[in-house]
Parts: sequence; structure tokens; C-alpha cells
Amino acid sequence: MAAVQGGMSDADIETDIKTEPSTDGFGNNNANDGRVLSASPGSGSSTGSNKQTAAVTPEDQQTLLAVLQFLKKNKLIESVEILRREAGLPENSLDPKATESAGAGSGGAAGIVDLEGGDVSSLLSRVTGSSSAGAQAPTKAVAEDQPDVRVVLSAYSQQGDPTLYEVYYSDLKKFIETVLDCHRAELSQVFYPLFVHMYLELVYNNHESEAKAFFEKFSGDQECYYEEDLRVLSGLTKKEHMRGNETLLDFRTSKFVLRISRDSYQLLKRHLQERQNNQIWNIIQEHLYIDIFDGMPRSKSQIDAMSGSLAGEAKREANKTKVYYGLLKEPEIELPLDDEDEEAENEEGKPKKKKPKKDSMGSKSKKQDPNAPSQNRIPLPELKDSDKLDKIMYMKEATKRIRLGSDNLPSVCFYTFLNAYQGLTAVDFTDDSSLIAGGFADSTVRVWSVTPKKLRKVKSAADLNLIDKESDDVLERIMDEKTASESKIMYGHSGPVYGISFSPDRNYLLSSSEDGTVRLWSLLTFTCLVAYKGHNYPVWDTQFSPYGYYFVSGGHDRVARLWATDHYQPLRIFSGHLADITCTRFHPNSNYVATGSSDRTIRVWDVLSGNCVRIFTGHKGPIHSLAFSPNGKFLASGATDGRVLLWDIGHGLMMGELKGHTDTIYSLRFSRDGEILASGSMDNTVRLWDVMKAFDDLETDDFTAATGHIHLQDNSQELLLGTYTTKSTPVIHLHFTRRNLLLAAGAFNP
Amino acid sequence: MSAMAEERRQKHCSVVLPTESMKAMAESVGVGQLQEDSCVALSEEVSYRIKEIAQDALKFMHHGKRRKLTTSDIDNALKLKNVEPLYGFQSQEFIPFRFASGGGRELHFYEEKEVDLSDIINTPLPRVPLDVSLKAHWLSIEGMQPAIPENPPPATKEQQKVESTEPLKVVKPGQEEEGTIQGKGQGTTTPDGKGQCLGLIRLKPRSTHELSVEQQLYYKEITEACVGSCEAKRAEALQSIATDPGLYQMLPRFSTFISEGVRVNVVQNNLALLIYLMRMVKALMDNPTLYLEKYLHELIPAVVTCIVSKQLCLRPDVDNHWALRDFAARLMAQSCKTFSTTTNNIQSRITKTFTKSWLDDKTQWTTRYGCIAGLAELGPDVIKTLIIPRLAIEGARIKAVMEGPVISNIDKIGAEHVQSLLLLSPKYPIPYHHLFI
Repeated sequence: MAAVQGGMSDADIETDIKTEPSTDGFGNNNANDGRVLSASPGSGSSTGSNKQTAAVTPEDQQTLLAVLQFLKKNKLIESVEILRREAGLPENSLDPKATESAGAGSGGAAGIVDLEGGDVSSLLSRVTGSSSAGAQAPTKAVAEDQPDVRVVLSAYSQQGDPTLYEVYYSDLKKFIETVLDCHRAELSQVFYPLFVHMYLELVYNNHESEAKAFFEKFSGDQECYYEEDLRVLSGLTKKEHMRGNETLLDFRTSKFVLRISRDSYQLLKRHLQERQNNQIWNIIQEHLYIDIFDGMPRSKSQIDAMSGSLAGEAKREANKTKVYYGLLKEPEIELPLDDEDEEAENEEGKPKKKKPKKDSMGSKSKKQDPNAPSQNRIPLPELKDSDKLDKIMYMKEATKRIRLGSDNLPSVCFYTFLNAYQGLTAVDFTDDSSLIAGGFADSTVRVWSVTPKKLRKVKSAADLNLIDKESDDVLERIMDEKTASESKIMYGHSGPVYGISFSPDRNYLLSSSEDGTVRLWSLLTFTCLVAYKGHNYPVWDTQFSPYGYYFVSGGHDRVARLWATDHYQPLRIFSGHLADITCTRFHPNSNYVATGSSDRTIRVWDVLSGNCVRIFTGHKGPIHSLAFSPNGKFLASGATDGRVLLWDIGHGLMMGELKGHTDTIYSLRFSRDGEILASGSMDNTVRLWDVMKAFDDLETDDFTAATGHIHLQDNSQELLLGTYTTKSTPVIHLHFTRRNLLLAAGAFNP
Repeated sequence: MSAMAEERRQKHCSVVLPTESMKAMAESVGVGQLQEDSCVALSEEVSYRIKEIAQDALKFMHHGKRRKLTTSDIDNALKLKNVEPLYGFQSQEFIPFRFASGGGRELHFYEEKEVDLSDIINTPLPRVPLDVSLKAHWLSIEGMQPAIPENPPPATKEQQKVESTEPLKVVKPGQEEEGTIQGKGQGTTTPDGKGQCLGLIRLKPRSTHELSVEQQLYYKEITEACVGSCEAKRAEALQSIATDPGLYQMLPRFSTFISEGVRVNVVQNNLALLIYLMRMVKALMDNPTLYLEKYLHELIPAVVTCIVSKQLCLRPDVDNHWALRDFAARLMAQSCKTFSTTTNNIQSRITKTFTKSWLDDKTQWTTRYGCIAGLAELGPDVIKTLIIPRLAIEGARIKAVMEGPVISNIDKIGAEHVQSLLLLSPKYPIPYHHLFI
């Protein structure tokens, strides 16, 4: 296997710092931190990191200073040294006064138009903010931390007359209700973040009754998709509650992003200045990020399609990075033709025979997909002989694949788990559909063989010694016939198993659990090989890379980690989500990872740099399933709101909305040729969608890539090809076989 | 705790635990005389923390792919906060809290019974729960959902009802997708978008009268078994009719089969076959997934025929056609109970029919028996208002036949049966003396 260097580029420092406090107690941070950062020098060859170090902008420098200060405060001297050395900062730059004044300066100078200002202070508060999130764990750091929390919250201390809050808010409400229709929808976006911040300000300043009255008066006006957040907010009535409340800190530390057209924004600004409504204006300045665009104001439906996430919409810049979404070139494998096949499928056989030849001949002349990453952008393991055999099997099967379409629907085979007593929490199929694995609430992992071939263990070491290693069927001989059975149980976790994934070569199985570990199991010995520790909180999902070797995991600690099976610590930490990461998926080219979260956003991360390259907003509930299309161009996501959203990764655009499910969507899968999307849900149905039509319709009609303001047609009913109801069995996993038969799985819930 | 979640959904404003609860809890740990202020502060704090935990517990429920919050979710949520979980709450189904009140105070408590260890040791071990197993079936075959027991019935009773009462609104899961496919077919002539717009004007869907080959085979097997000679097979077939969820497409056939069968066999006086057919009616009525209302116009006449027909068998003096009449009368009563509504008025129409022929002097004793049996099954109200007032007259009539000159043996047997029937009905309070005045 190719060695992978831990090339964590410096650009990630900011993200790293954000995550670590929430990961675990402080004792662990030290080690964690030192390792992540010191990994960089080892990767001197990595071009990306060098470049970025050289180009430290003043802003970055301030960020660094803030980080250093934080580290120092927490007595992480070693990390401070390393970071300083790496960033090339002089030793005296660590003067606390300097940073502080910088922070104060920019905070105070937050001009009216310059919305980017106050970055350092916000960063600082973010650092300290999340550290208090970590402080929920009763560590000795709690006492030390409290001043920092005060810093975060003190932003709320400047206040006007509490009784006037209602007046301010209703005044703005009245104003927005009377503006022209075209602006109203846009300006209405301001309501929710303003409402929350004003409420929190009231709570912070101990105006409990005013806060309550304010909440009761205006909470009903908010969009229905903020219901969940409002519920959390309604519980929060005391200043003491604010300390250690993640939702609040998220809200406070991340600026709520709004997209407003220039005209509408001018209108709002003029109004607030005329009325001398400083209270609201301050909030807009400090806690909101308004992404102003030129052009037509958006309509209500356009806004509704994109809003709903915990921190507003994605900034437009966030989705500008180029993403290499193309597929990697497949290695050239000569397809041996055995006689049986040739006879059986004479017609099919011929083109098949030619195809691989053409590939091998014309591989140089045939241009690579311009959107594909270079073949070795991230090091991938070399193909083993067994992998090659599997590839051949795959290609053979692929020729027998049924071409699906709206008039040629797949058959669905349903695997029901009986007697699971509501304990089935995760399912996975192998790519060749020969094995099924189930994760259970009782901490067990079970594997079933669904072919006549039974599961066998490898013989014990003593018995293996007796085997003739030169014999041709040595792989057969090492297996112990006596252990053959249809299913195997693996014990090791100490909590419910929430995520499960087979390795592409079917030799390993990954499982992630409530106990905070990800375990790697061998499917030859049916024992646990490694327990990857690092999350410390429940790990909601994990998945192997389509090329094996790497895997990704994400959980309650709000970070996703990229691991390699032979490293006991993560290679990358993807941090930025504001709430639990609920699902993780690898891009088919293994260069990107998509994560869905309870903060109702989807992020796509670059495996090479560790940067977030896409943020998709639009879901109105926690995201529980993701699926990449086989060509790597599209992403589908399903959430508790029962909707499936389709995304164009290259352009960073929403492509469609599929409505129909009435409950959480736990599984999504594209058919092997990407024609059909299958979705499985808690509402006991499997639904099939004509995604080709969805993509085609959009591209021909209103493709406004420049602004990203798409008009979604409400055509879910046309796109829905079929609904298949199960007998009280929630559908929690879907899988297309290589021949495009749809397999579904779930536990019978009498 | 789930109840609390519910409450909050209804109203956002914060729900706070009553301060009395704080006092009760304080007392339970030995702190008496808690200040009112402290109680308020405590209850607010506790309510807030409980809500936090409930929110986290919901996460575990979602990831556990369940709809029901369990105690283990709460435990896991507590663990997240580094709080020791609550031990001893392992109940899967319900939270074993008991309610008590007294002295103006209300209390929820967890009942901890004292258990004798020897009892536990001596009780036989419960059965080991079944292990998890995997079972595969076809959820759909090329877009069509096969009607097999593993799949839910193709059309639920409600859908069948909607279909029969409001045929223009019908959207069945199977047909819905057929519709779109048809739309595609039309798309070759008209642009797709337009075809879809037209689709909005819902036409009454052509109901498919063709049965699949499997269904035809099934129908043949079942009907043959039902009227065949092998009793075991018949029992199996009836069992299938009574339980199979996918029969609704075959219902019109079964209904016609029964009504035609009765028509022919009454003429031929084939008692056995009539009994078999009535048992089929019974099985259809027992099937919970069938919406029979649409076929009552065929079934009820058949059943009524079996109750009141003058002659049901070749040798009325020997054969026990009375049992068939009783059985059919019970079926009739059952269908009155389930299907009678204010619009179709089945019960009153049936009652009228029975009474009318009973009152007729020329009515044969067999029919008379059927009418009375049919009425008697309809319940105490009918007996009270219709049968009892007639008892005296009927008694006289029976007396006349029994004691009078023997005209025909059949009449005499009929009269005997009517008499015993009237005597037998005493599930309901019938004053005996009415019979023999």
C-alpha cells in the first residue's frame, strides 16, 4: 500500500483550533494538537502547504496570533512553539497586548459598510466560545475557562432599554411589511436572526419577563422551519443557561449569513438610519453577515429553497473553489474471455473484447476528463491481484446490467431483519452484494452471507503451519470448514453501533459506535483489528473510501475525521459544522468527502487540503443520508424533513427538490448508471425518482449559474416513478447490485 | 418525558416543573423546609436541564432509527453530559411510573416492589427470545408490487372504500405509477409537459378486470376447493380467503361465484353446496382487508335466499336444512351489524322483508322458520318489538298444526322447529307462557 504523508496544510490551523476543544478534555488536546501541526514539516514536499505558508495575509497573521494566544493561555507551550516556528512569526509577536489591541481595534472599527471587519474579535470569541463547549465536561479547565465565556457573551451586555425591544422589532416589522413586494421577501430574512439575537440579549441582561414577552409576541412570526431552534431557545430563560449551551454559542460565534440584493439592503439601511434604530443596526453589524449581490431581488420561493440552516445560507465565496468532480481513470485490465461467456453472449462479447483493448491502446491519446483530479492527487493503494479479479468480475456483471429508466424500473428485493426488537441501527451491503452487515443497539455487529457461500474463519496459527503453502488452492486451504455458518457475530463495542461499512475488497468491515470508537474488523478471522479512538463522543457514521485504505468518520463532536487503516490517528480533521455530523460519504474519486449535519448544512471537503470546498444549505432538518451520483457530478441528500435535495457539485447549486416522503430519509442510492435515485425512509416506503429528468429539465430552463438563484419547479410528482410500501418496516439502507437490482433493508417493527 | 416534548411542541413558551415537585424531591433526600425562592430557582434550572437532555436523547432516537424514545436514549444523553445514567430503567415498552395522590399532593413514583429471591430462582426460565434473522422477499418486480403476504395489501380497505364511493378521486399506489407510465406513452404524441397538465384532470381510471395468471390459478384452486369434496382442502381455502390481504381484485369474481352458485343450487336443492357457499361468504366477511360494501347487492340476496327459501334440500323431512338457515341468519345479522348505515338501511329493509313474509298466513313453515331465525339474530331490540308481540298468535298457529289433523308431515316438522326455535331463543327474556295460552 502506498504510504500517505500527513500533509496537513497550514490553512487548516484555524479549523483545527476550533475543533479541538470540543473534541475532548484538555489533556488530550495537547497531544492531538501537537501531532496535527507537527505533521506538516514531514510533508515538506506537499506543494500546497508551502505556498500557503508563504502567503500569510495580514488577516491570517492576526488569526495566528489569536490562536497562539489561546494556546499559551492553556499552557500548550510545545504547540505554541511549533506553530510559531511554522508560521515564521518572530518570538515577540506573541505579545498579548498586540493581539488584544488588534482585536479591540477591529472590533471597534466595524464600519457600517465594511462587514468583514471584526474578524479577529469574532475569531477570538469563536475560539473561546467553543472552548466553553468543551468545558461541559467537568475538567479542571472549567474555572480557567470562565473568563473566556464572559468575553463571548459580553457582546450582549451593551443594551438599550429592555422595554423598547418590542418597539424596535415591531417597528422594523411594520416597515418590512410595507415595502414593495419585491423587497419584502428578502428583507424578511432579517427577522429570524434579529429575533434570536434580541431575545438572547434580553436574557443575557437578566430581563427575564421582557424576554419571555418578546418571545411570545414574535416567535409565531418566524418561519416554520426554525421550529426546532425556537424550541431550544424557548427553554433558555436565564443567563446561567447560556453558558455551555452549544446552540447559543454557535449562533453567537458564527455570523448568520443572509443574501440580499443591493437595492433591498439600501432600503433597510436607510430606514434604520432614519429611525435611529441603533439597537437593530448594531446587531446587524455584529452578528449578521450580509452577502450583497447586484441584480434582481429574489422571490420568496427562491429564498425559502436555500434557507433553513442553523447559520443562514452559504456565502457565495464559500462555493467558488474548483472541485475536481470527475472520475479517476480506471486501470487498464485485459478482460479475459472464457469460452462459456463467449458462447452465451456472442453479441455482447465482441464489443466487450474490443473495449479494453481500445482503452489500453488509446489511453494516452484519450484525454482525461478535464474535471477529474490528477490520478495521484491523493495517494491511492495499488491494486492487488484479487482486486483485479474483482474488477474483471465487475466488468462482466456490468455488461449484464439492466438499463433503467422511467419506463424500465428496477426490481426491489427487500431484506427484512426479523426479531431485531427495534435494535437495528445500521446496515451495509458489499459492492458485489454477497454480504450484509448489520449494526445493532446491543453493541453487536453481525455479518450475513446472502449467497450459498458460507462465512468461514481462517484456521488457527497452529493449523496454518501444517498447510502446504505452495499448493494452488492455498487460499481455500487456510479456511476452516468447521466454522462455516451463514452469519457471524462480532463483539467489541460498548454502545449502539450507528455506522457500518464494508471495505471494497470485502476483507474488512468498519463500525462506528456510541462508545466513541471506530472499529476495524477482519472478515477473515471475524475479530477486531483496530479501535480508532479520537472522537470521544458518539460516532454517527463512517464509510470506507471507494478505493479502500482511507475512511471517514463523523459524530457528535462536530468534526469529521479522515483516517487511513494503518494509522491510529486521523490524517485530516474536517471542522466547521455547527452541530453533530450525522452522515459521511466519500466522493467516487476518493478526493472529496461530503458530510451532512444536524446544523442542516452539507459540506464537501477536499481530502488533500482538508478545506471545506462546498456548503449546501436548504434542508430544514438534520440530514441523515447522502449519495453521490456514479459520475461524481451530483449529490443527493435526504433529511428529517422528508425531502431529497439534489446538488450540482461543480457549480455548487441546488438542482432539484424531491418531495413525497413523510418521514426521515435514512437511505439514498443512485442506480449504477445514475438514471434513477432510490430513497428509503422511516415512513416505510421505497421511492424511485427520475433524476435524469430532474437534471435535464433544470439545465435547459433556468440555469442561472452566475447568481446561483435557481427557480425550482415543483415537479416532484412527475419525477416520482414508484412508491413501494413495506409492511411496517422502515427502510434504512438501499443498494443497487452491479446488475441494477435494488436491494433494500430494514427491521420489521411490529 | 416524551409527554413533555409533546407539550412543548404545542406551545413554545417554557414549561416549568411545579415547585411542589422540588419540595417533594428535597424531602425525599432529607431536606425539609425548602425556601420558596430556592424552589422556583431549582425548578427552572431542572426544567432547563431536563429539556437539554431530552433534546440530546432525541438525537439518539433518530440515529437508532426509531420513532419511540427509549430509556436507553436518555441514558446515552446523560452520558454525553458526563452524568451517570439512571440504572434500573430498562423497560422497552413503557416507563413504570405510578401515580399517587393524597393530602392535596400529587406524586409520581417508581414502584419498587420487594421481590423474594427464592421466587425468582424457582420460577422456570422464560423462553429465550428469538435471534435476529434475515428474510428476503420481492418488494417490487419491474415496478409492480407483487401481492404476497410479506407486502402490505395492494389496496387498503380505506382505499377500496374511496374507490367505490368516490371513483374520481382514486389514487392507488399501484395505479399511480401506472398512470405516469401511461403518461409517458402519450408523451410520444404530445409534449411531455402538456401531457402532465392534462393529467391533472383526473378521469375515472379504467379498473383492471383482467387477473394475472397467478390470480386466475388461485381463483380456480380456491373455488374448486371450496365446493369440492375434500374437507381439509376446503378448510385451507376458506382460511386463505379469510386472511389473504391481496384478494380485493378477485372480489367481484367471488361475489358472482357465490350469488350464481346459490341461484343454481337452490333450484337443484343441493344443500351441501349451499352450505359451502355460505361458508365462503363467512370467510370473505372475516377478511379484514376487504371492503365488501360494493358487493352486498349480490351477497345479501344469496344469503337471504338461504334463510327463507321454501325448499333447500331434496328431502326436507330428513335433511338438516335448518342448520343452514340458522347459519345464514347469523351471517345476515353480522352483515347488518357491519354494513348497515343510515343511507343503505340494510337492517330495516331486511327486517321488513322478514316480517312481511312471516305475517303472511300462506307462508310455508320453512320460510316462517327462516324469517323468525333471521329476526331473532338481529338482537334483543328486534326480538322485543317484533317477535314477542307475535308470540301468542304464533303459538296458536303451532298448536293448530300440532293438535289438528295431520295434513302433511312436513308441515308438522316445520311447526315443531318453529316452536323449538321460539323456545330456544331464550338468550333473550321471552316469557314462556306466551307460547301456550
